[in-house]
Amino acid sequence: MSDAVDPRIDSPGREGLTGTARSSVYEPAAEREQITLPPDGRPDSAQPAWRGDFPVDWPADQYVARRDFTRFLVLTSLAFTVGQWWIAAQQWWRERRGLLPLKRIARLDDVAPGSVLTFAYPGENDPCFLVRRRDGTLLAYGQKCTHLSCAVIPDPDRGVIRCPCHEGLFDLGSGRPIAGPPPRPLPRVTLEVRRGEVYATGIEERTV
Amino acid sequence: MATPARGFTREQRTTIVYGILGFVVVLVVLQLWLLTATMNAFLGGDRAVVLPAALVSTGCLALNAGLLRYLRRLERAATRAPAR
Repeated sequence: MSDAVDPRIDSPGREGLTGTARSSVYEPAAEREQITLPPDGRPDSAQPAWRGDFPVDWPADQYVARRDFTRFLVLTSLAFTVGQWWIAAQQWWRERRGLLPLKRIARLDDVAPGSVLTFAYPGENDPCFLVRRRDGTLLAYGQKCTHLSCAVIPDPDRGVIRCPCHEGLFDLGSGRPIAGPPPRPLPRVTLEVRRGEVYATGIEERTV
Repeated sequence: MATPARGFTREQRTTIVYGILGFVVVLVVLQLWLLTATMNAFLGGDRAVVLPAALVSTGCLALNAGLLRYLRRLERAATRAPAR
């Protein structure tokens, strides 16, 4: 012990540190990398790949957990990219489909002022509704709410379209959302009246 | 990306993985926002943004995959190098 403790007050580089131990008396500290040794005692480079994924000590576990989370996020990134290209494919498909067909909905005389008529346009699984207001104007919208696709209910007397699922409210005149969670206006079906018959001619989608 | 000339210690690699994780989180959040905004625009009939958004998202994925590849190379270099 007497060798370990430096009693001198003027040792070079240790001035004023009298009575303390020189650093050379301690065992060199092991690197963290060397704390955990594989059970078979072979070096890391000789270990099977899977052993690196099942660490024993905390620092290694922390590293593996962050690395695996990074991998998971990159997989998520791949999923988002696939989603983007799926939307692009849908767009391509719609553009390829071309103009929507002309479809007869009803005779004008069969739609009384203040009444509502449902129909499907452009496909059989695209529900829409036609409203004839008291002043005689015709309006038609897609019936799926832009929030979560619930069927909306028009109320011509109050001049609104209501979604019963989450109390969304649209303006009947424009189809724009006026209350509740719907983020976009209802798609508007463009109409044409020919020789007393009402026809759907296309769909107008809007973001605002 | 260049292969690291020497193996980093595990502590150094942990610091690097934290940095990479930070970048990847930011890029993934950006992609999520991009996807929801594109979906909203697409459903609203605004088709102009779809292709540019898909390209930007692909760029983000390429960056993320490159960072992951760099991490893998770091690990390989550390495994090959003698214990430090």
